[in-house]
Amino acid sequence: MKTTILQKPASFYDEFVLKGGSQLKSTHYCPGCGHGILHKLIAEAISDFNIQDRTVLISPVGCSVFAYYYFDVGNIQAAHGRAPAVATGYKRANPDSIMISYQGDGDLAAIGTNEILHAANRGEQMTVFFVNNAIYGMTGGQMAPTTLIGQKSTTTPRGRTLQNEGYPMKMAEIIAILEAPVYVERVMLTDAKNIARTRKAVRKALKIQIDKKGFSFVEVLSACPTGWKMTPVNSKKWMTDVLSKHFELGVKKDISEDREPVIVMHPEPHFKEYHELLDIKSLADKITDVKLPALKPILDEVKIAGFGGQGVLSMGYALANIAMGHNYQVSWLPSYGPEMRGGTANCSVKVSDQRIGSPIIDNPTVLVAMNKPSLIRFEEDVQPGGIILYDSGLIDTPPTRKDVTVIGIQATEEADKLGSRKIANMIMLGAYAKSSGYLLENYILQALPLIIKNKAFHEMNDKAFKLGMRLAK
Amino acid sequence: MATINRVLIQADDCKGCGFCVEACPVNVLDFADNLNVMGYRPAHYKGEGCTGCGTCFYTCPETSAITVIRNVDGLETGHCSHCNKTVKQIPDYRDSDKKICIECLNPC
Repeated sequence: MKTTILQKPASFYDEFVLKGGSQLKSTHYCPGCGHGILHKLIAEAISDFNIQDRTVLISPVGCSVFAYYYFDVGNIQAAHGRAPAVATGYKRANPDSIMISYQGDGDLAAIGTNEILHAANRGEQMTVFFVNNAIYGMTGGQMAPTTLIGQKSTTTPRGRTLQNEGYPMKMAEIIAILEAPVYVERVMLTDAKNIARTRKAVRKALKIQIDKKGFSFVEVLSACPTGWKMTPVNSKKWMTDVLSKHFELGVKKDISEDREPVIVMHPEPHFKEYHELLDIKSLADKITDVKLPALKPILDEVKIAGFGGQGVLSMGYALANIAMGHNYQVSWLPSYGPEMRGGTANCSVKVSDQRIGSPIIDNPTVLVAMNKPSLIRFEEDVQPGGIILYDSGLIDTPPTRKDVTVIGIQATEEADKLGSRKIANMIMLGAYAKSSGYLLENYILQALPLIIKNKAFHEMNDKAFKLGMRLAK
Repeated sequence: MATINRVLIQADDCKGCGFCVEACPVNVLDFADNLNVMGYRPAHYKGEGCTGCGTCFYTCPETSAITVIRNVDGLETGHCSHCNKTVKQIPDYRDSDKKICIECLNPC
């Protein structure tokens, strides 16, 4: 007879050092908690399938928030209910990883209903273990979406009623009616037979992901003796007699035999394609007769602010395009919001010879303030040694900062004289180009009609830009 | 004939939920007379009759409280520094070069 040893799977840490305390070999779960049993079944499967080095387990919010204390695999702790969204991102970036989303009923069926339904509907390649104990265990036994009718909890002290709280959610059935999921089963952690079924389901769900067949979902009815106020042994009886009568066990959907492996393609981004899609190839293609200077080592962070209609966003757009035409890396981040409807508007433009990490600007090097509220809001943020360009015709209180270069230009009045207040932004663009000094005037004059396509403004923009260059002297 | 299967219980890792005692099909588990370091009354192997079915191992919510060995006779023997005698040993599940004593469950 062969010697066999059933012992702690190697996918667990030997000692749970992250948990701390004196008992480094025991879990933090209450006596009789179903999490420990399911942890063991999952860890055993991870070890047996030899996927420990590419498995990422996503801990939910709930008692199993600390699953990363125990599993010696990659671990992420996601915000409440967001595990399937995090798993989606990770899996798409690392298609060979094995994503396990481990979620409770408050996590998956309440705050995370949105995430799980859409991840399932997209057929994301992940395995979801949904631990259903019909209650919010960690927070002290409140009603969960899966609490049974008549079941008492701290928030339904007389028992859940249809009239007030509605029916318990049957997540396995809900997931199973979607087309994309491959395998959906509900199992229960009670006696040896049901635990053996759970073990089989855990292994099957993981195997489906290993074979790249798609989304698998295992709902596990699990005991919460503390939340239910029962002894561990009685809680198992209650699951058998009551809980499993409402949440019927069994395979809800299984198309794993028919499903071919899905190989998700992740094409490398091709900049030319993006340029065509965004219609931003025109500058480099159309302006070929200007010899561009060598790149300067700069990181210009320009905040352009004013009220809606002053052309704040289009000035930023033009600047970003022109700088990109000069072969700089750029980002343009308009602030869309209620200000688009006539309040204050702003946009952030970054220009650098290096790749740009984030388009967000906290401390601009250049502030273009087209009205008084914008100046008040952003003046203090400007970096020492930076530049403030402001419309001195509209703003009666000039900037008080002494450690920056302040340039006042009566942009709106001058624009009015040229024929339209709308071109005040082009005057400011000219002033910026002059004061920053890394953009070529004749390049910009060729580029402007290609960026601002309305022909009525071509001549005015030209004049306004040149005027801005002059005024900034 | 001495039983060839054995269940090993780490008393200090057991929380006394009683799942294994209830689930054991041959009733060879009960509760210990004393409390463990955490203050729980741990499960206890009566000493013989284990069939090595593994039911207790899979019903146990703790990760390392229960180990089940089918066919103890096939195990290697070695010297345990904790028990200071020759004992049967099982491989350390994380490091196959090391051995664990099945009497005291400490690395030898």
